[in-house]
Amino acid sequence: MSTAQDQVKKPGRSDGLMVWINDRFPLTQLLEEHITKYYASKNLTWWYVFGVLSMVVLVIQLLTGIFLTMNYKPSAAEAFASVEYIMRDVEWGWLMRYLHSTGASMFFIVVYLHMFRGMMYGSYRKPRELVWIIGMLIYLCLAAEAFFGYLLPWGQMSYWGAQVIVSLAGAIPVIGDGLVEWVRGDFFISDITLNRFFALHVIAVPLILVALVAVHIIALHHVGSTSPDGVEIKKTKGPDGVPLDGVAFHPFHTSKDLIAIVIFFIVFFAIIFFVPEMGGYFLEHANFEPANPLKTPEHIAPVWYFTPFYAILRAVPDKLGGVIMMGGAMVLLFFLPWLDRGKVASIRYRGWMFKTALGVFAISFIALGYLGTQPATDTYTMLARIFTATYFAFFLLMPIYTKLDPTKPVPDRVT
Amino acid sequence: MKGADDGVGDRVHTDRNDHQIIGAVIQMSEDVDQSRRHFLGVATGVTAGVGAVFAAVPFVAYWKPSARAQALGAPVEVDISALEVGGMVKIEWRGKPVWILRRTADMLERLPVMVPELRDPDSEQPQQPDYARNDHRSIKPEVLIMVGSCTHLGCAPIERLEVGAADLGADWQGGFYCPCHGSKFDLAGRVFAGVPAPLNLLVPPHRYINDNVILIGSDSGVAG
Repeated sequence: MSTAQDQVKKPGRSDGLMVWINDRFPLTQLLEEHITKYYASKNLTWWYVFGVLSMVVLVIQLLTGIFLTMNYKPSAAEAFASVEYIMRDVEWGWLMRYLHSTGASMFFIVVYLHMFRGMMYGSYRKPRELVWIIGMLIYLCLAAEAFFGYLLPWGQMSYWGAQVIVSLAGAIPVIGDGLVEWVRGDFFISDITLNRFFALHVIAVPLILVALVAVHIIALHHVGSTSPDGVEIKKTKGPDGVPLDGVAFHPFHTSKDLIAIVIFFIVFFAIIFFVPEMGGYFLEHANFEPANPLKTPEHIAPVWYFTPFYAILRAVPDKLGGVIMMGGAMVLLFFLPWLDRGKVASIRYRGWMFKTALGVFAISFIALGYLGTQPATDTYTMLARIFTATYFAFFLLMPIYTKLDPTKPVPDRVT
Repeated sequence: MKGADDGVGDRVHTDRNDHQIIGAVIQMSEDVDQSRRHFLGVATGVTAGVGAVFAAVPFVAYWKPSARAQALGAPVEVDISALEVGGMVKIEWRGKPVWILRRTADMLERLPVMVPELRDPDSEQPQQPDYARNDHRSIKPEVLIMVGSCTHLGCAPIERLEVGAADLGADWQGGFYCPCHGSKFDLAGRVFAGVPAPLNLLVPPHRYINDNVILIGSDSGVAG
């Protein structure tokens, strides 16, 4: 009899706890709004997994980053040796370090694919302009985070990469030189610069990054995810107010995302265990030599995720012009919602013009990325100029070709 | 509104009370001095703005080179009595390499050869103190003193003193080549046209303490 009473009471008690919490914090409401009653189109493609994967990498980077700071020394005299100490003497230190350094490259891979998904399916279009812009801010934060982080191992490429990138600010007329000195806090990239980059890398930028990710998700869940057809599922709701073409994020989309996460981890760990340097693309060879302020490596190039922009910088035979073009290549992405004048959102119903343009853009980006890793010979410089032109043409001609594009009719419901 | 449980009900109830109270307040104060309220609002905003600017000063200034960094950037003395003709030494000043090249008579004679290909052959840009603004960009014609930091993005160029280096062209008269982005400079640190670097290499302020000892980083006491 007493056991029967317990069985009746137990669920009652946990309900009581939820009521107690919900009276004080909207826990159930929060979980429903963002997870169990957040409806996204039932026909999301595999392209839609990269948002969740970005979150996974963010968590990996935060976790391994915290552990790395426990043994890393942010001083010019000790930084290089402390990284080697982590690699050789600290238990599982090599794993933490490779998770973090490979994680940086994986972060950019999934974020670039996530952004390309947005461009294919028109995810930046009304009413999702802010989702896109906040996402772009996250991308800029990520670039800053990667740049500050790359100085920390204090290798040759860390040093000269920082030297080159910080010098970019020197191209600004009048205030440029003073600005460069202010950023470095010294007359050259020194212990002082390393120490402040460490502060920015482990505190300032991650705080902003995490806050922006929260805002990105809140904005997304307010307007709702796109569908691969560009059809708004909120337009067709059942009597219960649930979109007929939508399924709940949990358990439906999460179970699919879980497959993607498993595949991602297989690839991720294959890289970490077998090719953690990725042939010099993820960790550059010159960076296994301690920083030497008096000697520049023969060939310097940024890590692969910055090379498309670096190729644009080099393609322009003028210092200020190169910096402006490089900045412009990033800034133009912010304006996509207003450059696109097309009638349809998704690539499925766009005409040949948009499809060709997007293809040219993808090829230009990858080609520039390759050229940025290579020495600037005459042929390569010429190619970089051509691909710079096509990269910019994709954006600047967009209002024209999206308007003229012979689009197909969009169905009322998702297919 | 979904999930209308007790908590939500309470809130709706409270909201109604608030509305009633606010309504009463508005009715009671019909003679609000709007211009006074506006002035107070603007004055508060401006004061806070000025305060924010002043509060930003310490945070911005915190990033400037510290007293120690400035002290470490003090001038350095170099004795070049052991530097042979045609030889070059690199010393460190403010974390950057400073080159001292004792040019041969032959090198000085070849300086005018490449002038048509230079961007700023007459040193019109302020990349040197006035006392080094001459054809050889130095105080003593043979002793060239320059900061070895490319004016493009700060890489350290490599000295390529040999004439006609295979990779730099048969007409190469000797000079400096930056491996990062391919900028070229002649034996007086003058930049070639058509390369990414916009300016000649920097000649730092310097003076001769005696015939063989040079102070790099300060030129006080030298007439310009």
